[in-house]
Amino acid sequence: MIENILAPSVFATCLRLATPYLFAAIGEMFGQRSGVLNLGVEGIMLMGAFFAHYVVLSTGSLLLGVIGALIAGLVMGIAVAFVNVTLKAEQGISGIGVYLFGLGMSELLFKTLVGTPRSVSGFPPLHIPVLSDIQFLGIGQIFFQHNLLVYVAFALVPISAYVLRRTPLGLMIRAVGQNPEAADAMGISVTRVRYMTVIFGAMMAGLAGASLSIALLNVFQQNLTSGLGFIAIALVYFGRWRPFGVMLGALLFSFVNALQLQISAIGIDVPSEFAVMAPYVITIIALVFASKQTEKPTALTKPFDRGE
Amino acid sequence: MAVSSLAEQQRIDQLQMRGIVKQFPGVLAVDHVDFEVRAGEIHALLGENGAGKSTLMKILYGLYHADEGAVLIDGVDTAIRSPYAAIQRGVGMVHQHFMLVPSLTVAENVALGLKSSRGWRLDLDVVSKRLNELSERYNLKVDPNVPVWQLAVGEQQRVEILRALYKGAALLILDEPTAVLTPQEVDELFQVLEQMTADGRAIIFISHKLHEVLRISQRITVLRDGRRVDTIPTSGATKATLAEMMVGRPVVLEYEQQPSNRGGERLHLNDVSALSNRGELGLKEVSLTIYGGEIVGVAGVSGNGQTELAQVIAGLRPTKGGTIAIDGKDVTGKPPSQLQLLGLSYIPEERMEDGVIKEFTCAENFVLQDHGRKPYVSAGFLLNLRAITDACRDAIRQYEIKTPGTETPIKSLSGGNIQKLVMARELSRHPQVLIAAQPTRGVDIGASEYIHQRLLDERRQGTAILLISEDLDEIMALSDRIAVMYEGRIVGIVPRAQATVRQIGAMMAGAELEVS
Repeated sequence: MIENILAPSVFATCLRLATPYLFAAIGEMFGQRSGVLNLGVEGIMLMGAFFAHYVVLSTGSLLLGVIGALIAGLVMGIAVAFVNVTLKAEQGISGIGVYLFGLGMSELLFKTLVGTPRSVSGFPPLHIPVLSDIQFLGIGQIFFQHNLLVYVAFALVPISAYVLRRTPLGLMIRAVGQNPEAADAMGISVTRVRYMTVIFGAMMAGLAGASLSIALLNVFQQNLTSGLGFIAIALVYFGRWRPFGVMLGALLFSFVNALQLQISAIGIDVPSEFAVMAPYVITIIALVFASKQTEKPTALTKPFDRGE
Repeated sequence: MAVSSLAEQQRIDQLQMRGIVKQFPGVLAVDHVDFEVRAGEIHALLGENGAGKSTLMKILYGLYHADEGAVLIDGVDTAIRSPYAAIQRGVGMVHQHFMLVPSLTVAENVALGLKSSRGWRLDLDVVSKRLNELSERYNLKVDPNVPVWQLAVGEQQRVEILRALYKGAALLILDEPTAVLTPQEVDELFQVLEQMTADGRAIIFISHKLHEVLRISQRITVLRDGRRVDTIPTSGATKATLAEMMVGRPVVLEYEQQPSNRGGERLHLNDVSALSNRGELGLKEVSLTIYGGEIVGVAGVSGNGQTELAQVIAGLRPTKGGTIAIDGKDVTGKPPSQLQLLGLSYIPEERMEDGVIKEFTCAENFVLQDHGRKPYVSAGFLLNLRAITDACRDAIRQYEIKTPGTETPIKSLSGGNIQKLVMARELSRHPQVLIAAQPTRGVDIGASEYIHQRLLDERRQGTAILLISEDLDEIMALSDRIAVMYEGRIVGIVPRAQATVRQIGAMMAGAELEVS
């Protein structure tokens, strides 16, 4: 029974499902670290997912699909940065607008350009000599039979941690999120740093969408992401604005997802609604207990104004 | 590019600001001001709040852009369009509110905005090493690896100064640098400044404290209402002449010490403790008695429990033990509304946050507490607008509050006038006990003088007054007894007649009261 539930395939699925969370949440983390809360992640993911899928459908090129998702993220990111940084909009509200825009726009484009859900051949699992074939504890299956985007997403975690901790760029991002006045007085352009992080975050959200539509599910339909982008925002809080914390949260949620799939697959009668609700409940509980301290950027959601 | 040797640094022999104009919506903040500073000189910039000192310096540092005028460095017209450009040109600034990121270490704060010697990777070890060299040279001790939030204010200022030096500042602007320091720390700061000028740096020292300006500077420029009144050599200046230049009329700087007509016990605190906002014990077993007709001054560096003390007495912060009594009646834990009925008035230190509602009019702010009482209510539940307006108009006249009218939003008044209105409101109830927290912080000399006179009037009428101030001069001028706070405790209470600045300063740094 337990062996069935905790089969190697569950862990493999867990890693795969963590991919969109990781892209979206790590990207969002950079924006928040610099003081900008982008609540529109979900909408940007949908746009990224649609464009990746549509480009692959039309050209058959996965690389172009990824580039399409990144460009969709870039364009949305510029808009988000313009509204939140330059126009100093209320970030909680503007984010809802971005989400609804992405939701509606991706659906409209889908209906006009594609019509009915069609699957594409997405990123195939990579076969790594020797490693992929390790039978012991299912290690080969769990870690080494994934598609490229899974590895990219997990590589992003240590890279992000390094950038934040050990580079002048990371120092600037942290300073701008903690005390933009101080950063400004030190000759750093608060606006430029925030544009950079927000646009990067949006591009990662686009990639997160692509990881769904051309790697994980290989299909696009309306509201494909169904709340995943919002969970990603919660994961940033859950992970206390640290890359490895975010990864831990992403794994926790994707594990619950994977478990739910497995339980219904082996025919245990648990109302599937419970499993669907579980991540959200865990999110709220985690936020209540975990989000009160440490590296929270104190200038989060606060537009910067020199007072001139 | 080692920063440790000054020879390789930029030098500014002379910096001139010519005809600087800066207009804010509705205010001409700086009006055709000329200013000049030379290498090896400490030039003091003196003026009231709102006189334009900070604005002028923010223009020099590239934070604001002047509408007119030019900056000349060694005779060359130099546009400083951003702090980055200022730093590049060798201009450094130590801001009044420190520009440090609390969660970053000292070294990280210094490295912020600098090019790393390792390209895209940080070189904090290199920064720390150079920082240590600099701190040795100027005797400014700090540990580069400590997060800034763990440092005391005085140490944070050292970090700010070191950072400016690290970035090669040939000209250093210090905006009210002594506001957060004990008298001993001020002495240390002045030694550092003197060494810096001996090294050929130029220093602009912004202050409104006359004795400090007289002590440290070679020249003084006085600003008033955005205009330059004059630039004079310090050797020919006195407190009285400077004060008159600042205010535009002669000012009373010393108050007559009339003997206290001490009445009965009014306010009594017995072993009162309270938590600070950080959740630590910010007030530790404080016992204090204040009698009618006396002013007890509370001295201390900010953040040593003064705020908590005032709020606990005003009923705005719960106690963690101990009792508070007014006129012998236990009032521990009573809400502010009841305390007011028992004769307590409170002038809060954050007047814009806790004293008034910014968007409300003068009249509305004037009846914030008493709006539910006669004569401000008619028919039992309607505001009597006429009575409110009349009362406010009386207060405006009596307290010489400069405002276009009773219906003006209070936020458009100057700090001094807002404080006068708060004071008028609090004194209108004829309190038995008055808590005045930082009553003249950010208030111009003219209004300060008025507020001080009012406090002395109240004392004469028998009110028990607790005066909390970071301005030691104010404490020394008004108090009958001086209580010194350090780390949440009262380390000693000294009668004014026996108190010296030196002794109080030592106690502010934690020294116990010496019984002689």
